[in-house]
Amino acid sequence: MSTERGRIQISGFETGGGEDWESETAQEKQEEYVEPMSLWRRIVSRLARDRLALIGIVVVVLMTVTALVARPISVSGMTVQPFSLAPFDPTATAVGGRHDAPSMTHLMGTNRQGQDMLSRVMVGGRYSISIGLVVTAIAATVGVIYGSISGYFGGWVDSVLMRFLDLVFAFPALVLALILVALFGGGFWPLVGAFALVGWASYARIIRGEILKVKQNEYVLAAKALGARDRSVLFRHIIPNAIAPVVVQATLSIGTVVIGVAALGFLGIGFSPGTPEWGTMLDAERDTLATGAGGAWYWWATIFPGLMIFLFVMSMNMIGDVINDALDTQVDDVGHGGGG
Amino acid sequence: MSLQKYILRRVLTSIPVLFGVSVVTFGIMHAAPGDVVSQMVAANPNVPPGESVRLREEFGLNDPIWVQYLDWMQGIFTGDFGEVYSSSRSADTIVMARLPETLLLGAFGWVFAILIAVPGGIYAAVNKDELGDDVSRFAALSGISIPNFWLGLMLMAIFAVQLDLFPTLDPQTGLLSREMLWWLILPGVTIGTAASANMMRIMRTSMAEELNKEYVTAARAKGLPERTVILKHVLRNSLISVTTVAAFLTASLVSGSVVVEVVFAWPGLGRELVEAIQLREINLLMAITLLTGAVVVLANLLADIVYALLDPRIRDEY
Repeated sequence: MSTERGRIQISGFETGGGEDWESETAQEKQEEYVEPMSLWRRIVSRLARDRLALIGIVVVVLMTVTALVARPISVSGMTVQPFSLAPFDPTATAVGGRHDAPSMTHLMGTNRQGQDMLSRVMVGGRYSISIGLVVTAIAATVGVIYGSISGYFGGWVDSVLMRFLDLVFAFPALVLALILVALFGGGFWPLVGAFALVGWASYARIIRGEILKVKQNEYVLAAKALGARDRSVLFRHIIPNAIAPVVVQATLSIGTVVIGVAALGFLGIGFSPGTPEWGTMLDAERDTLATGAGGAWYWWATIFPGLMIFLFVMSMNMIGDVINDALDTQVDDVGHGGGG
Repeated sequence: MSLQKYILRRVLTSIPVLFGVSVVTFGIMHAAPGDVVSQMVAANPNVPPGESVRLREEFGLNDPIWVQYLDWMQGIFTGDFGEVYSSSRSADTIVMARLPETLLLGAFGWVFAILIAVPGGIYAAVNKDELGDDVSRFAALSGISIPNFWLGLMLMAIFAVQLDLFPTLDPQTGLLSREMLWWLILPGVTIGTAASANMMRIMRTSMAEELNKEYVTAARAKGLPERTVILKHVLRNSLISVTTVAAFLTASLVSGSVVVEVVFAWPGLGRELVEAIQLREINLLMAITLLTGAVVVLANLLADIVYALLDPRIRDEY
């Protein structure tokens, strides 16, 4: 993606411009060409040097792969992923006793229905992680387009679009997502929709600020003077140079969405009870905390699901933190993504 | 631009946003499938078929949507947020009864966040790239990453249930009684953790940035003790950038209160919201959503004004 991105290509000028045009802009062209390459290269080299970030990457990859291969996946009757790493069926009840403590057969114990906690925790990542990734992709795309238009055109377009953004920011993200999912129904796509709807605004605000700076650059003026259309100036010259803070925000907000989704599960909204989703699992077992006053506490039933959310989000944030340092963008995710 | 003009302008731009908040709140609730009457009929199967038609007429549900909106807004301006059907009280009575609890919880979270974040941030910035900085960075990242509902459950399990230091249930005493404040500690810490972690990171960044500025070198060259340089000069300037995120943090505290109140059974608005969702109490939902929206807008407004007071350069940018 990086080879094409920064090149100045203005249709209609290739033949007429000739060699003079080529040499005049050669310097600019080179600068343009190197910048976006180095963005990704900077990220990779920094990540490779930072021990915390490497641990984060290993954990994220491990948890994602585990969630994928824990149980076979079939799409409309056809098995696309045949592996089944989980020792038990996560939804099968009474594979062990009620609230069995962790043992060799049930490494994380069993819950009140005798379901194997390890299997459930392994599969549990599917919901939060996939929703986190899809939401971030959608929200970032929408936010970047919206914010770019606002920042690039300025004037009354900017004013109107920004007032609307203020409106979105007026609703605490989790509260809005909660209400949307509760009223319009749960499931994968409704959850994605709700979190994307509350999440895109941060990206829009960030990229707008960045674009206001980038569009002052002379190469933007040059591209416009050469007759490039707005769309081409914006998408080829401005956005690639303004994208860095968005990358940081995206890495940091995956974790926020994961927590947000689990929070909804915990509140009993969005998933049917008994779904092996981390937050829903916590909700199902939370009353076991209080009943064991001073005595028996089935700690494995509440510790492991929460620990998984924490581990994944922490790893994601360690990666994001290092990318933030590498790009020196100073994005501060103050949780508009839905967590809190 | 003068300060008065800036503030006036900022107040005026908040009005359309508040209006928008009410339209969106109303729009979401009315676009959702099912209305109040179908909820009531579902809850009570003995309702005769003609009754639901009569009720829809009585509640004005057959009017055009904008008429319904205007009716609702008219009620709000006269202090009437509508009836809560399951408890036959009005929505505003419930909101006003629960609001102080949530404010208390939020205030505790705020104070806790500042008490941890400011010293932590200073320490990290002064010891930048040393062990202390790494430790505080790790602590801040953990604070952001830990799901608040799980943190709350764990704190409750350990400190309230196992060690029996705190009550697990509402002591049912007055809001500011000693028992209630004692009970407040665990939920307060839970809600304040993420806010304090976020604030600490911002504090560290802005403090480290300020430390590189020339006036710091000048102050040091003058022979001022390092303590004075940091606490009198640098801290004051770096607190400015903390105010800008204060508004965002208010929004995140509001979000956090929903979850934390459910975990600890704290009798505030957040728990009321979840109950209202489960019971589909549209009027109560709208009242709470409108209130949270207004609070966030006002917090933003306040933060901008404080920011302008602290940093005169900002006024010119508008």
